[in-house]
Amino acid sequence: MSLSLETAANPENLRRVAIDPVSRVEGHGKVTILLDDKNRIHQVRLHIVEFRGFEKFIQGRPYWEVPVMVQRLCGICPVSHHLAASKALDAIVGAKHLTPTAEKMRRLMHYGQMLQSHALHFFHLCSPDLLFGFDSDVSKRNIVGVAEKYPETAKRGILLRKFGQEVIRHTAGKRIHGTGSVPGGVNKSLSIVERDELLRDIYQMVSWSREAVHMVKELHHKNPELYNSFGAFRANYMSMVGYDGSLDLYHGRLRGRDENGNVMFDGVDYNDYTDLIGEEVKNWSYMKFPYLKSLGREKGWYRVGPLSRIQNCDFISTPLAEIERREFMAYSGVMPMHAPLGYHWARMIEMLHAAEMIKDLLHDDDITGSELMTTGERGFEGVGVIEAPRGTLIHHYRVDENDLVTMCNLIVSTTHNNQAMNEAVRRVAQQYLHGHEITEGLLNHIEVAIRAFDPCLSCATHALGKMPLEVEVVGVDGIQLSTLSRSGDGTFCAQ
Amino acid sequence: MTAPVLIFAIGNESRGDDALGPLLLRDIDKYLKNKDNCQDFELLEDFQLQIEHAMDMKDRQRVLFIDAGMDTPAPFSFYRSKATGEPVLYSHALAPQALLDVYAQVYGESPPDAYILCIKGESFELGESPTPTALNHQALALDFVKQLLDAVSWDALIETKPR
Repeated sequence: MSLSLETAANPENLRRVAIDPVSRVEGHGKVTILLDDKNRIHQVRLHIVEFRGFEKFIQGRPYWEVPVMVQRLCGICPVSHHLAASKALDAIVGAKHLTPTAEKMRRLMHYGQMLQSHALHFFHLCSPDLLFGFDSDVSKRNIVGVAEKYPETAKRGILLRKFGQEVIRHTAGKRIHGTGSVPGGVNKSLSIVERDELLRDIYQMVSWSREAVHMVKELHHKNPELYNSFGAFRANYMSMVGYDGSLDLYHGRLRGRDENGNVMFDGVDYNDYTDLIGEEVKNWSYMKFPYLKSLGREKGWYRVGPLSRIQNCDFISTPLAEIERREFMAYSGVMPMHAPLGYHWARMIEMLHAAEMIKDLLHDDDITGSELMTTGERGFEGVGVIEAPRGTLIHHYRVDENDLVTMCNLIVSTTHNNQAMNEAVRRVAQQYLHGHEITEGLLNHIEVAIRAFDPCLSCATHALGKMPLEVEVVGVDGIQLSTLSRSGDGTFCAQ
Repeated sequence: MTAPVLIFAIGNESRGDDALGPLLLRDIDKYLKNKDNCQDFELLEDFQLQIEHAMDMKDRQRVLFIDAGMDTPAPFSFYRSKATGEPVLYSHALAPQALLDVYAQVYGESPPDAYILCIKGESFELGESPTPTALNHQALALDFVKQLLDAVSWDALIETKPR
């Protein structure tokens, strides 16, 4: 694991190419590449340029408002924030163990979110690259092009996503701004009518999800050279796993492995995440760089999300997804798969698992039960962690005697992957751009690497006034003329 | 039965003037409650447009997208949106035109007539309330929507508003 290409030795003599914005990712990301006159790469950085001060947004609010408020942080994964906040605030109302109906309703909502998010990403954001080629005609390399050439694929993507949204609507109460999950439990269970409506379609969703796994698997088998090496870098990886070692996207303990797949830590209570994870600030990005404290800033960065989860768990509890996990692991061999394009395969296995879990939950009588809430001894601090579609999502709150939130810290999935995404774009730049004339197709290779992580950049930045900022002034000849920087303490420095 | 007209507001109420669409939708809802033809309209809102919203357009005669915009002329603009088949930037969020393209490709038919009402906003920061100026624009937009709800042809009203 290296940090090469993060900072050029002599940037003043280099040409600057910017991809701004990175398309088909949420939020506003920017990649800058510094090249010399022979197009040799000297520096590559993925910057986060949109700014969102959501911790400030939450502080001072009554805690019971938070599960609803946090959904407004991000239009892409509102349900993930809704559930992570609810889990954290369970501790405030003393709900140590939810009722079976409450936990299963939250899980059902979560698997609905996982299904719809993964379907959107694979069928509509990545399939144009995977089906047409990374440097194919840009006018066709989009969902309309996919719909034209592969109409059934495009339609399945829409119907899978729509089904996931319907699961969310029935569990959260509304299509958006759902109130289904509350501190201590849920405020509704499924009616028989709602359950039967979802049951009508779920078998088709399982079948399509399975075929989606086969589709991406076939892409790997057809072109292993590309899929195994594109942007590949070795990294530690982390995720939450169930208490029994299973893939559990809703609850469990933290486990991390090194780049060789060896377990570095296991069974870590996520309430102790601050002992495990530190966050580094760099002066060129709004997004922090998390790292494992035990390994330090340079060696402690890690990867999260589907590729980590599928390789970190011991097994998957649903049969079809478990068959696919085993095949994935056999394909990877002794060493873990580190290639970013492996995210797509892993993501589809998770989508299949989510569909199977939805099916199982719909057949569980608890899902229509009436015991919705638990209470206990009032607490003042809570941490909630879930495995969101893009990776581990941490919500941490402190609440005072007046029920107001006094402290809020969120580490969102994309932030965990910050260094990993930077590594991926640097590898791709080295592999494909180094020494070549830059073309749109080549730049899209960079974007393909970023999109593999399905980043959600809009909710991955931190509190207003706290983050460093550097503005580069670059002349038309590519020479940097001056910089203006704001450090973490808010002071400005012009050079 | 599917209502022939879908009114779809896009926006996040916690992001300053991005709330204009959802707020206007609420006003429209109140207004429609006293109208005889209220069953002709279905109201929806979301943070952003996504592919599955193509399904919400099925079997409609008209769709009105309401959104807030930075660069639109004040107080609002009203214009028609069409599927073009031309490349557009795709993300986790779609522009109305891209949604119409998705509809046309997936269903193999022309999408319903689609119109955009874009209300001029000024600030879209997280945690902010809508600005007074933008709320004035929204009030004017409500008056305009009341005309739309009674109009036989919406195209006739386009000419009165600059794009």
